[in-house]
Amino acid sequence: MDFTEVQIQRYSRHILLQDVGVEGQEKINNGKVLIVGAGGLGAPIALYLAAAGVGTIGIIDGDVVDLSNLQRQVIHFTPDVNKPKVISSKEKINMINSDVKVITYYKLLTAENALEIIQNYDFVVDGTDNFPVKFLINDACVIAKKPFSHGGILRFDGQTLTYVPGSACYRCLFHSPPPPNVVPTCSQAGVLGAIAGMLGTIQAAEVLKYLTGVGDLLTNRILTFNAKTMEFRTIKTKHNDYCPVCGSHPTVTGLIDYEQAVCEIESLRKNK
Amino acid sequence: MANYKLDITKEHCPMTFVKTKIELSKLKSGDTLEVLLTDGEPLENVPRSSTEQGFKVLSINEANVKGTHTVVFQK
Repeated sequence: MDFTEVQIQRYSRHILLQDVGVEGQEKINNGKVLIVGAGGLGAPIALYLAAAGVGTIGIIDGDVVDLSNLQRQVIHFTPDVNKPKVISSKEKINMINSDVKVITYYKLLTAENALEIIQNYDFVVDGTDNFPVKFLINDACVIAKKPFSHGGILRFDGQTLTYVPGSACYRCLFHSPPPPNVVPTCSQAGVLGAIAGMLGTIQAAEVLKYLTGVGDLLTNRILTFNAKTMEFRTIKTKHNDYCPVCGSHPTVTGLIDYEQAVCEIESLRKNK
Repeated sequence: MANYKLDITKEHCPMTFVKTKIELSKLKSGDTLEVLLTDGEPLENVPRSSTEQGFKVLSINEANVKGTHTVVFQK
């Protein structure tokens, strides 16, 4: 593709990068990325991918904007309260960059729809706030051989890893979801708003690295940080042959809707 | 004669190099690009940045218009 004058200006700082250049920017413009969750993580991910010119951004989220979201979900503004998060996100993406085609799914990702939705994308980003969907994204991406970025935040902590077919998946490290209500979620335990930006931007960078082929992805590693000490750790991981989904004798061969913690379901009902 | 020509005398940093880089990205191995640029910052930076990114500078000559030079790059 030939860039227009306006696109050359817009993407000049990427084009200048030796590792990205014209070719890399074209790859970004042709990229199709699905963001699961338009919340704390999804917000910076969507903003940076839109600014970068990712050609197609899909966003799936079944929730509406709540006043309590605005402390960290920076893609949503005060007048957006009660608006579906996917619509609020689409409006901001369009304002940042009209090159981006936005596909919205105002629903939850479920065992029933996951494979059908993710098949349309090159890369999936987990911006969710609960274990059932994190495992669902992992299993769906492993089964569909789709690369994805896992991300999670709580209180002052964040963790992320990148999966490509063949690398260690989320289940290689974490066998199955914790029982409901054992691990608090952000809505119960709280979260420092800025760490959503810290982690989400790491995930966005991974997406851009994947699309352009630049550098080494966070595969076979998990990155964790704590904002109180501001210490980052990268722990080496490896593919687990006994993994329930990607091991040599998988027991998870289809998708599962794990039980959600009670308070999460209540909050979803409240917003419907 | 160079295969390709580019005039960046109306551009400012960093668009001088951005425009050059876009043209350079079209070259095949051995192709040449002649860039017309103004003296000062573009003349200092564009050849340097291009060299850093793996292109050869074949020649730098004063151009007809005062205060401009032509630089020939090769992939």
